[in-house]
Amino acid sequence: MSPQIEIQIIAVIVAIACSIPGVFLVLRKMAMMSDAITHTILLGIIIGFFIVHDISSPFLIIGATLTGLFTVYMVELLTRTRLVSEDSAIGIVFPFLFSIAIILITRYAGNVHIDIDAVLLGELAFAPFNRLRIFGVDIGAKGIYSMGLILIINLGLIWIFFKEIKIVVFDSELAAVLGFSPVLIQYGLMTIVSVTTVGAFEAVGSILVIAFMIGPPVSAYLLTDDLKKMLYISSGIGALNALGGYQIAFYYDVSIAGSMATFTGITFMFVFIFAPQRGMISVAKRRKFQSIDFAKKTMLFHILHHEGKENEGIENGVSTIYEHLNLKREFLKRMILQLIHEEKLQEVSGVYKLTDSGRKYTIESYESIIESLNSEYIK
Amino acid sequence: MNILELLANDYTLRVVALGSAMLGFVSGIVGSFAVLNKQGLLGDAISHASLPGIAIMFLLIQTKSTELFMLGALIAGLTATALINAIVKYSRIKVDSAMALVLSVFFGFGLVLLTYIQKIPNANQAGLEKFIFGQASTLLRRDIYLILIIGLILMSLTIVFWKEFKIVTFDADFADSIGISSKRISYILSSMIVLSIIIGLQSVGVILMSALLVAPGVAARQWTNKLSVMIVLAGTFGTVSGLVGTIISSSMQKMPTGPSIVLVISFIVFVSMILSPSRGILWRYVRQIKHQSDINEDQVLLNLYDLAMNHNNPHHSHNIAAIEPMNTQGGKKLKQLKYILGNLQAKALVKEEQLDGWSITEEGLNYIMKHPMRKEENDVTSN
Repeated sequence: MSPQIEIQIIAVIVAIACSIPGVFLVLRKMAMMSDAITHTILLGIIIGFFIVHDISSPFLIIGATLTGLFTVYMVELLTRTRLVSEDSAIGIVFPFLFSIAIILITRYAGNVHIDIDAVLLGELAFAPFNRLRIFGVDIGAKGIYSMGLILIINLGLIWIFFKEIKIVVFDSELAAVLGFSPVLIQYGLMTIVSVTTVGAFEAVGSILVIAFMIGPPVSAYLLTDDLKKMLYISSGIGALNALGGYQIAFYYDVSIAGSMATFTGITFMFVFIFAPQRGMISVAKRRKFQSIDFAKKTMLFHILHHEGKENEGIENGVSTIYEHLNLKREFLKRMILQLIHEEKLQEVSGVYKLTDSGRKYTIESYESIIESLNSEYIK
Repeated sequence: MNILELLANDYTLRVVALGSAMLGFVSGIVGSFAVLNKQGLLGDAISHASLPGIAIMFLLIQTKSTELFMLGALIAGLTATALINAIVKYSRIKVDSAMALVLSVFFGFGLVLLTYIQKIPNANQAGLEKFIFGQASTLLRRDIYLILIIGLILMSLTIVFWKEFKIVTFDADFADSIGISSKRISYILSSMIVLSIIIGLQSVGVILMSALLVAPGVAARQWTNKLSVMIVLAGTFGTVSGLVGTIISSSMQKMPTGPSIVLVISFIVFVSMILSPSRGILWRYVRQIKHQSDINEDQVLLNLYDLAMNHNNPHHSHNIAAIEPMNTQGGKKLKQLKYILGNLQAKALVKEEQLDGWSITEEGLNYIMKHPMRKEENDVTSN
């Protein structure tokens, strides 16, 4: 297998493995926790290294995972005192742990090869050089197997505990009532996040881990309301980002991890703008429609309300109606023209009057608003 | 003494210490608003997102210039902030996801540009990375002036917009209703946050700058409920951690400056959270115990009162065994009950007439008459 192919395989595996826990991070509003964890696991790696003195020992992964969990625990501990908000807690805990890690490296591991830049930035280009040998036989890049294993574990855990995780993510109180421990599931998820981060950052660096964990799920979040579909879509987008990013990196000969993160941004922007229903264009259109609809109805209600009253000439007068509705004059003028065009409104000797169909429409929409308000009140 | 001597004699140390202290002061003040607006992580996002700004600026001018790099970083930081706001406004994506996304994408793009720059045959690019990841020990006198100038600008902005910041921070809707655009003010605030991050990037680095922004504000918040006091305190904490961090780092071998500043400020945060008199964990615990014992005492006194009301004489004494089963708290241990009665006796609310025989005193009756948990139907005037 050529190194190029191997790099792409690793990248796709990492992307899918990251996007699975990422979906739950996004849904639980814990996206920034991934930022914290990607930084603090450095401490776990350093401490693990001090204990076993071997940079490639699996013990480091355990250490890193434990620090990831410790980060989550500390953030929750600080938040629970209700003395700090959650974002501040994250903002305190992770630089603190990260600083300890850097101090440890500078003081005690200066002559050992732990390059902070390599950890934070990652270099996918070197991944194929790290071979896995069994009985002296080269069976491929180590990254493929380590990340493959993590991917399988992630998939397996999500598959087995899908129902439990789903309830905890969307309604943790209900989960507690039903007897699933939200805390247990939460820490289970965080374990997955930590393990995946540890596995992935070796290959792609911690910043790309954040891009892979958050980017695809956020895009998928704009495309579907179904958890299962969200998982599928984000895996797909993740793989696409990995492959697309690699092509850019290869073509321009620039950082692979960086290109993949950039490509993540590009796919997100595309989805963000063009997504049906939840994209920016649809949202802007809908908001425009709503504000027009609201203005029209407000005006119709106003006209209906003053119809036949003694001050109708002033309240609904062609030149005076603007002063009675708190809307911009130009906007209102356009609305009036539209309403006349829709034959809901007519002008009778300087006063706006409802047509018969307009009155029917006004009363109907009034009643439907009252009805929806009532049903909300009953709820 | 040794340290002071060092500070007086060592020029480099003096410059670095002064710079870090000023930086701590400025970021403490600006960061307080970030903390109160729950934008604590915005600093982290912006400090990562500024990377492509620096890289693009280098590509444009082909030489290293601190001021222009800062301008580039500022533009990138503001763009990132605007993007985060736009994503939150135009979709259902929450602010934390938007931040994480923008942060990683911008940083990734910055990396792409950096690797691209490294291929350009231009000797000037050496050391560009150092600029991005920051090293306080490389602070020069010129940088100090820059920090000072920007710091002064930020502080005057804080003073000028004091009223607006205050009102938008605590009640944005109210601000809008009296004609102060909360949108515009929060944009000014984010720009100030970006600016203070940019000046900090160089000395403490990307990641640690976010701590310097959040931590002083959080620590100061524990000691006061007043914004002005909080800001001054945050500035002080920032200054102290900048100074002490620098001194620690220079008096120990192989001790990086940025991280040691962060350790100092983290320490201040933890101490504040535990020890602050009004909100601190320790005092909260002490108060809780005090409340518990007050409740226990009142309960015992009420029991004694109820017992006494069964007799014509309210001062009739009762054996401790009679008081105990009356205790609605589920039967306290005899020993604890004796202890509580002892406390009450010390306050002259009860009296031990004979061994284990207790009665309520005149003062105890007065106290009970004012007690909200007293049962009305048992009322008897004390004479």
